[in-house]
Amino acid sequence: MKKVLALASLAVIGFVLVSTLRLVPFGVNKMNPQVAERYLREGVARTGSVNIVTAIVVNYRGFDTLGEVTVLFLAATGLGAVLFDKRGKRTQRTPASLIVKSAALILFPLIVLLGAYVFVHGHLTPGGGFQGGVIIATGFLLMYMAFRSYDVSHTWLMAIESLAGTTFVVLGLLGLVYGRSFLYNFLPLGTANAVFSAGVIPLIYVAIGLKVGSELTGILDHLMETIR
Amino acid sequence: MQTFLPIVLTLILIAAAILTVHLRDLIAAIAASSVISLIASIFFYLLQAPDVAMTEAAVGVGLTTAIFVITVRKTRRYEE
Repeated sequence: MKKVLALASLAVIGFVLVSTLRLVPFGVNKMNPQVAERYLREGVARTGSVNIVTAIVVNYRGFDTLGEVTVLFLAATGLGAVLFDKRGKRTQRTPASLIVKSAALILFPLIVLLGAYVFVHGHLTPGGGFQGGVIIATGFLLMYMAFRSYDVSHTWLMAIESLAGTTFVVLGLLGLVYGRSFLYNFLPLGTANAVFSAGVIPLIYVAIGLKVGSELTGILDHLMETIR
Repeated sequence: MQTFLPIVLTLILIAAAILTVHLRDLIAAIAASSVISLIASIFFYLLQAPDVAMTEAAVGVGLTTAIFVITVRKTRRYEE
């Protein structure tokens, strides 16, 4: 019975796929070509961001990014709720070797610096808030692995996370006050290719970077606390 | 050389995907799945999407692998 159902659903999905794709010639650009061209032609002049990907993620589709950040926040909160009050003793973990400890102490500031560089220069070079935040969280992961008793203060993590999230929303609302829409780029654009340019885009990306970094560090902290 | 590199990468990608499904040792399966993410990240770079390549490298190879290893440590290492 299960096999018949699986075959039937496969047949339905296959029929729908084939009948939809049959109308489109193979290899043809199916998107509306004017949209992409317009972003590439006017993007730098209108947003001030040299990295067009950042211009789209933070400026043209900034509201979607707010949704993504909310999804990540909910995931971190859910994990914290599931793992609440399940902490094990940390004493039985084998200690890391001297090489790992020394290397972690040297590498940790460099990794955090790289993450900060990636999200501060999000509007100039590839990368941005999400990538920089994840890189910072991998730095904290290295410290958790090297030192048994390493601990990040929950109060600080929560403070940074809520402050960054509030900054994002407040910047969006300020766009509503001083401009025409939510997340409107109300600051001066400046000259392209400079660090202080592109209006609110660097500010929003710094907020996203801090938020993602502190959230993922919180997730790692919750998980490491449960290891026996 | 232009076509040689993608073909080799694709072969490694497929081999790693098959290994991920078939390995009974879950730690080894996690290592194979991080190889998939690594190759995918190289492909994103070759296809001129450096932003996505950075995300894939940091999330797929770094964080997800670590979270899976911690989870396996909490449960059992070998699949029945």
